[in-house]
Amino acid sequence: MIQHLTSLPVLLPMLAGVVLLMPPCGKNKQIRRFSSVALSFITLLASVLLLLQVDEMGNTTYAIGDWQAPFGIVLFADPLSTLLVSLTSLLGLVCALYACAGDDEKGSFFHPLLHFLVLGVNGAFLTGDAFNLFVFFEVLLIASYSLLMHGGDKHNTRAALQYVIMNLVGSAVFLIALGILYGVLGTLNMADMANKVTHLEGDDVFLAKIGGLLLLVVFALKGALLPLHLWLPNTYATAMPVVAALFAIMTKVGVYSMMRVYTLIFGDEAGELSHMAQDWLWWLALATICMGAIGVLASHDLRKLVANLVIVSVGTLVALVAVQTEDASAAAIFYLVHSTLVTAALFLLADLIGRQRGKVADRVTIGRPVTQPILLGGAFAIAAITVIGMPPLSGFIGKVWLLRATFESDYGAFFWGLYLLASLALLVGISKAGSTVFWHHQNKTQDNAEPVKAHKFQIAAVFIVLMGAPLLVVFAGDMSNYAIEAAKQLHDFSANTSVVLGEAK
Amino acid sequence: MEILYASCVGLLVACGVFLILRSRTFPVVLGLTMLSYAVNLFLFASGRLTLNKAAVLGYSSDYADPLPQALVLTAIVIGFAMTAFVVILAIRGRADLGNDHVNGQVPTNNNKGKA
Repeated sequence: MIQHLTSLPVLLPMLAGVVLLMPPCGKNKQIRRFSSVALSFITLLASVLLLLQVDEMGNTTYAIGDWQAPFGIVLFADPLSTLLVSLTSLLGLVCALYACAGDDEKGSFFHPLLHFLVLGVNGAFLTGDAFNLFVFFEVLLIASYSLLMHGGDKHNTRAALQYVIMNLVGSAVFLIALGILYGVLGTLNMADMANKVTHLEGDDVFLAKIGGLLLLVVFALKGALLPLHLWLPNTYATAMPVVAALFAIMTKVGVYSMMRVYTLIFGDEAGELSHMAQDWLWWLALATICMGAIGVLASHDLRKLVANLVIVSVGTLVALVAVQTEDASAAAIFYLVHSTLVTAALFLLADLIGRQRGKVADRVTIGRPVTQPILLGGAFAIAAITVIGMPPLSGFIGKVWLLRATFESDYGAFFWGLYLLASLALLVGISKAGSTVFWHHQNKTQDNAEPVKAHKFQIAAVFIVLMGAPLLVVFAGDMSNYAIEAAKQLHDFSANTSVVLGEAK
Repeated sequence: MEILYASCVGLLVACGVFLILRSRTFPVVLGLTMLSYAVNLFLFASGRLTLNKAAVLGYSSDYADPLPQALVLTAIVIGFAMTAFVVILAIRGRADLGNDHVNGQVPTNNNKGKA
């Protein structure tokens, strides 16, 4: 059981998805909801057990079907990947719980698709094989296409069509990149690729560089990095908020793949090819932060505002990836956890606020007051403080850490100025939106709709993700130690390759 | 053989890219299909183009690299599923939006600029 634990975060959601399609769960709403939440909880449990195991016993690999690396496909669990797997499983649980309040009945197969999405994301985090990464990308994408259409109207169809076409082109580019890299390196196992890159000579170096930079295009598309971010605001703003909250982890898959590929394969040891993506990533990341901040100021509704916050967080993470020091990676890991949780919470809150304001929904205009101003207002204030990065919540720690990590880098001063200005823009944008939504309202309401109260599942779900902010502060010491350890493992070239290829000393 | 193969892949990619940049969904879907054909051929070639090599191990001392064949098979299956999905989505888009323009409305001079 212990040695198969690595495969469970991938296998359990798959089984869950299949079970939820079958008769008792497929027919009965109550049973389906209960089993979906229970199965998400089991997945989370397995992920956390794996995290504890890796923390205790070090990095583990799992050869699928016992076909050994580099020919077989391996799953590779290190502190970083297990942390992200646990985060995904937690998000899956929260979204399943939230959807039980009624969102899951607006279309078909919400719960099975949710589990398939978790399967794809967990697989992408755990896999140690570049082609397998492509396969898991496709698994999570096909689930996300269907979830995006869930309970949608015509704006939704348009956004989905563009999203699907963008991603299909992305997949084609991904395959071309993999073809080039396989042709040059003769392997697709990431650790083995990292080994082989160090011995490249002559024209092969340039081919590998083309392959590596094509991969960058793909990951930039998945991660929504400028100029490939244009699909994101529309897609996230037209998807159902609970789906958008789940998607909060999807841009992080792109960022994670960048971390893996450009620190392991094209990292310090790669000779001529080391740090080849750094210059590109750095400037694109800064431009992404700018665009995100402008988007936040220009947003007319809360969901679009949060979608732009996602873009800002992607830009910040990619800037940290581009610095490529251990400290920067540790800051990125901390920031990644924090930003995923808080954007998910904000998407869910935007939904709750929109429901209670009748016709104006979540638009930032004068409308009728929300039915539960203290509950929602308080939650929104906590989330806003966290996402802007003001003390005392987790955003502040993340921000201080990332500013310290970029201080040493060549263009640190530039980053500081730009990032702090962007934070100011965020502060202005979010406070304007918050004060309009909660304090400016008509006294007489024209629409006589029944006051809507948030369902207890919805409140529970929002507060579970929102608890991340204070908890990341209370346990900041443990969390930052963990992030530092994870970053150390990520940068440890020889340990990574020897564990995967079974040459452990 | 290499030149013929490479120009085939190149031509397919060029046609695919051209069609993807069209504004109606049907050419875009065709473009995606062509691009995925080109990708499949390209992946197949990443194991090097050779003549007279056995595909099955053990029947010959000379054998072709089996991995690209496995990769192409996977890519074909995934590409097929994705194409089926995008066709259905395009049909639904045509029904929901009333036209087959990728932006959901046909740009004319008098309603230019409306989202």
